Amino acid sequence: MEVIFILIGFSLVIALGFLASFIWATKSGQFDDNYTPSVRMLFDDGESPADKDNNNNKSDKS
Amino acid sequence: MEVQKFYYDNKIVKKFAFATLLFGLVGMLVGLTVALEFVFPQMTYGVSFLSFGRLRPLHTNAIIFAFVGNGIFTGVYYSLQRLLKARMFSDALSNIHFWGWQLIIVAAAITLPLGLTSSKEYAELEWPIDIAITIIWVIFGINMFGTLIKRRTRHIYVAIWFYIATWVTVAMLHIVNNLELPVYFFKSYSLYAGVQDALVQWWYGHNAVAFFLTTPYLGLMYYFIPKISNRPVYSYRLSIIHFWALIFIYIWAGPHHLLYTALPDWAQSVGTVFSIMLIAPSWGGMLNGLLTLRGAWDKVRESPALKFLVVAVTAYGMSTFEGPMLSLRSVNAISHYTDWTIAHVHVGGLGWNGFLTFGMMYWLIPKLWNTKLFSDKLGNFHFWIGTLGILFWTLPMYWAGLTQSLMWKEFTPDGYLVYPNFLETVTQLAPMYAMRAFGGLLYLTGFIVLLYNLFKTMRAGNFVADTEAEAAPLQPYQPGPVKESMHRVIERKPLAMLFWSFVAVAIGGMVEIIPTFLIKSNVPTITAVQPYTPLELEGRDIYIREGCNNCHSQMVRPFRSETVRYGEYSKAGEFVYDHPFLWGSKRTGPDLQREGQGNKFARNNLWHLNHLYNPEAISAGSIMPPYTWLITDKLNDTHIADKINAMRKLGVPYPEGYEEIALEDLQMQAKMIADDMKNDPEGVEISPDREVIAVIAYLQRLGSDINNAEEVPLK
Repeated sequence: MEVIFILIGFSLVIALGFLASFIWATKSGQFDDNYTPSVRMLFDDGESPADKDNNNNKSDKS
Repeated sequence: MEVQKFYYDNKIVKKFAFATLLFGLVGMLVGLTVALEFVFPQMTYGVSFLSFGRLRPLHTNAIIFAFVGNGIFTGVYYSLQRLLKARMFSDALSNIHFWGWQLIIVAAAITLPLGLTSSKEYAELEWPIDIAITIIWVIFGINMFGTLIKRRTRHIYVAIWFYIATWVTVAMLHIVNNLELPVYFFKSYSLYAGVQDALVQWWYGHNAVAFFLTTPYLGLMYYFIPKISNRPVYSYRLSIIHFWALIFIYIWAGPHHLLYTALPDWAQSVGTVFSIMLIAPSWGGMLNGLLTLRGAWDKVRESPALKFLVVAVTAYGMSTFEGPMLSLRSVNAISHYTDWTIAHVHVGGLGWNGFLTFGMMYWLIPKLWNTKLFSDKLGNFHFWIGTLGILFWTLPMYWAGLTQSLMWKEFTPDGYLVYPNFLETVTQLAPMYAMRAFGGLLYLTGFIVLLYNLFKTMRAGNFVADTEAEAAPLQPYQPGPVKESMHRVIERKPLAMLFWSFVAVAIGGMVEIIPTFLIKSNVPTITAVQPYTPLELEGRDIYIREGCNNCHSQMVRPFRSETVRYGEYSKAGEFVYDHPFLWGSKRTGPDLQREGQGNKFARNNLWHLNHLYNPEAISAGSIMPPYTWLITDKLNDTHIADKINAMRKLGVPYPEGYEEIALEDLQMQAKMIADDMKNDPEGVEISPDREVIAVIAYLQRLGSDINNAEEVPLK
């Protein structure tokens, strides 16, 4: 059953990596705003105005 | 702030979408074929590369890595660019990723039917393909992280977090589980043996479901449900919480695939505990997806795409509730090795992955071709026939699983098995298997309707190769007056510094120590357990090639109903030389752990020969396919010395220089078996150089060593 130490080791490395990225995300302000991102992704494709109108009309119907 | 103009790459999305549709068709066709093989076992008579044992891995790999895999990439390449306001990091890398992945799929489609397999479920591909997967996966990673670096938005939307977790974890799982020693091109032995191999495999197998079929699709759900319904996600905060909870818990649940096996109990319990905990984050995701549609159900009525997404998320909720339940020992004792598990994974596969992919396609293709869906009516038709297909597929399989398990466990009042003949519990399921195939046919029909509908949609529209977009470049983040780099913080804190150094050293040390460590651990705890003879080893490799482990387990659980049926329950110490382990996960046929000589229900060589040649003739109603080619084909024994050497490197104690005389040993044992069959009163003459001789040698060895163990008195 020695292999379990390896698996725990790798799993911990991944978990610590996730933890580090969680701390990074929190510190860099990723989770400061828990509402705007959910709305912004809807209308803000960053597409050019002409293109955007066109697509929005289409997606409403589909 | 100046605004930059740039273009999203739609061509790569189109390529992956085409691949998804193509391989979806292929994967489902193979699935239907194997479903029909349960109904018509003689369907592919004598054609080795169409037998169930070889096609089943092709079906699972085609659906998981070709259909769902390309589905992931379609969605990721579409959404990542838009969420980050940047074109993919490199068009060249995108294309290498695309063509590399498709080549891997083609390689899989050729090698798996040829029987070139490592036998480990969802990781069957042999070592050269494993290396190719690693390279292409890294290229995908560079492309994704490169895009993240050149992004134009500060915030990373929750979907992208799911993509990142997917990439990191799949990379690790793939590498650790596929550590194997190549013997020659397209043949390798797992570095791990027996119980250890089983644990690594199911740590991988479970997380393949978690991080290939679940997390990336949750990312797609968080992008496409809000997009298609034009509603923000119900709770962005919940999405973040359930993401972190999910990825921290998922990785520990693997051992629930090995309940009641020879895996130590404490490891099984750890798996169960984490599996139960998984309900919370899983349902957090499901509810978040469904509640996004609150107040927008009128749109569900009108849009075929949304209908598919609703059922997909519902199926996700059902299978993530069922999963933890199946991880409870008492439930698992009934469900394991039966069709219940198969039903469970198909609620996930057909419902969650399939329907989410369809929903995404119905929205994405019109969008990319700048037109409307050709026919909403056909879309709705697909939805209903697909849903019916899922029901016809899964309900009979739940019924079959429960029926068979109860039959296995039923005793008469006198204490005998009511159904001592395993075959009775199989023939009972015939109608369910037929209904399952019908369900599959409905589902496939729906998919073909989708293909037609999308084809007409593309014909009507004009493909937009590059979508123009505008955004301001990323500004540096200003958290406040104090800003320090991570390393400076650590420098001022000696304890933290010590901790991180320890982590670094531990990782380094692990990499150094692991290989020797593993080999030394293969010391048998049961002294009577001996390495396989050369002929048995060759027979074992044929067993792997034919995928026998897809239908036969080699793990007698410590239940009375199993020890009465098969014999002594399996011990961890019996598998120390098994590179790879062959415990199996499904009993379409009976367990084979106690098939060998010296066991209660052992059979003679001739029985095995006749049975392999024509199972139906020996057991009327058997659904095992005939393995005629084993009898006609000559055993390729040219690699036996290499195999012995490889096994010795992995810690199997063959004496020094044994590889020199291995071939001689092999031929001697083969002749003995052939002679035994000739001398039988009803005997037949068969040349000792045939493959079937090796298979019989292996079967006769299964689980027989412990019969030679000396009795140790109990204290």
